[in-house]
Amino acid sequence: MSAIENVNIPSGNEEEADRRPLVLVHRLPRFALPFDMRTTFRLLDPIASAADEPHQDFLSRHAPSIRALITVGPTPVNADLLDLLPSLRLVVGSSAGVDHIDLNECRRRGIAVTNAGSAFSEDVADYAVALLLDVFRRISAADRFVRSGSWPRKPEYPLGFKLGGKRVGIVGLGSIGSEVAKRLVAFGCRIAYNSRNKKPSAPYTYHANVCDLAVNSDVIVVCCALTKETHHIINKDVMTALGKGGVIINVGRGALVDEKELVQYLTRGEIGGAGLDVFEKEPDVPKELFTLDNVVLSPHRAVLTPESFEAVREVMTANLNAFFSDKPLLSPVQYE
Amino acid sequence: MLCSGTGPRIAPEILRLLPSLRLVVTTSAGLNHIDLSECRRLGIAVANAGEVFSEDVADMAVGLLIDLLRKVSAADRYVRQGLWVSKGDYPLGSKLGGKQIGIVGLGSIGFLVAKRLEAFGCSILYNSRKKKDFVSYPFYTNICELAAKSDVLIICCGLNEQTQHMINREVLLALGKEGVIINIGRGAIIDEKELVQCLVQGEIGGAGLDVFENEPSVPKELFDLDNVVLSPHLAVFTPESFKALCDLLIGNLEAFFSDKPLLSPVMFE
Repeated sequence: MSAIENVNIPSGNEEEADRRPLVLVHRLPRFALPFDMRTTFRLLDPIASAADEPHQDFLSRHAPSIRALITVGPTPVNADLLDLLPSLRLVVGSSAGVDHIDLNECRRRGIAVTNAGSAFSEDVADYAVALLLDVFRRISAADRFVRSGSWPRKPEYPLGFKLGGKRVGIVGLGSIGSEVAKRLVAFGCRIAYNSRNKKPSAPYTYHANVCDLAVNSDVIVVCCALTKETHHIINKDVMTALGKGGVIINVGRGALVDEKELVQYLTRGEIGGAGLDVFEKEPDVPKELFTLDNVVLSPHRAVLTPESFEAVREVMTANLNAFFSDKPLLSPVQYE
Repeated sequence: MLCSGTGPRIAPEILRLLPSLRLVVTTSAGLNHIDLSECRRLGIAVANAGEVFSEDVADMAVGLLIDLLRKVSAADRYVRQGLWVSKGDYPLGSKLGGKQIGIVGLGSIGFLVAKRLEAFGCSILYNSRKKKDFVSYPFYTNICELAAKSDVLIICCGLNEQTQHMINREVLLALGKEGVIINIGRGAIIDEKELVQCLVQGEIGGAGLDVFENEPSVPKELFDLDNVVLSPHLAVFTPESFKALCDLLIGNLEAFFSDKPLLSPVMFE
């Protein structure tokens, strides 16, 4: 039996063979796996034994038997880590985004990568709509207004805007983008989109570039993955095209939007408002935004419901089980 | 006569002073400020805002609900206070999809709320004066029963003698510790004192309120609660609905003065 300092043996006869596959939990100290997978897998957690053994030594010692790892949240998977794990064949991400995983290095070494698939999609879509409704109808700003005791003293309150009939441009019509579209159709919005490829089955207008989409939209909802190509995809040209009344909702990654420009546009009144769940340097949020009432700020939690955690646990477990029994993975990331 | 929802009550004393009055047009959807039986008795027609506001109110009801369940305003406050940096992540919200939504009053607003929430994967139940044949949602004659079966209650009905304080302690307890309530109807449909008690004592999970019994006064106990979203009665307030309202009011008055049928007459029960 290999070293057992942080491997949990299921209760029962000690001599019973532990058939649970071995999985490395790769995480930055401030992130923890938010659910228990030990009934199905033997988990190795170098952070848990950090006091007894330096991270690298721990990894080197176990490396021969590590064929799969889970990376928690945005914990990066890069070439340095992969160098220490020559037997690794699978990286299981716990998020929809994989911009923290060096896909090229993984592909080069024949390592498959899975993400959270569509486990989060409904919750993120719900949240995107929540942010949009909040910006349009000034819900958080009004709540602040009431809590400050202003209602009796200041009867005038700025109007919100009607959602129905507004043109919504979705950047990235993947599983999240499609769920957003479905919801906003119920509010009477008109949907158009930009995506890497046109989706023949989507009943919405396609625009080949984001500027065109912005010119024809009242709202932009950013739902795409962060890659080299999509970095700052929402730049000042797009913001100018969107115009003074336009609203940007970002539930993708902070770096999809040129944050410096966005702050400028918002403080100068050159776009109408923004709902932001993600930022370029979380948890830092540009202070200029704190005084704006046409902005809703969220601490990167579009996925955070207990139900979505359960869904992610299922996806990750299913991917690992498939891997260890030589079956096709459930949510493999396709290499471009 | 053109009146608004916030003016003096259109009561017998006022009507008596205007013997030639044949039409009351109100800018509101609500009619609780008009003595309808007296109007009917005197042969005075009443027209209201019809369905001009319905979409905006429905949007707001959904906005308040998602905000409440996913803690959007509370998280926004958290970020603005610099707490994301110092204290880390904000607590979990709750998924909207799969929730049982109990709609109280399936009129034009209630129906639009139902359609929107169905797109999020919610299930709809309702209570109304009468069962509606054009929907297949489960109908409950007893509001306590509706509350017991629901995760969320959304108040979309009008205020009248029967609905005054209809949401009382019994209904709130039936809704339960995990249940939430959204009110975009009229404050007095809910027993506000009881609601505040239940919220403060954790007998219900939260509330999203656009209306209150004594606007603009809002019970101060609510200001400290993170499981409450407060709105200063502006579910109808968008420029688009104001324009639509103007058109409707003018339309009603023009119809009246040229002896044509009113656009949005109120039917007397």
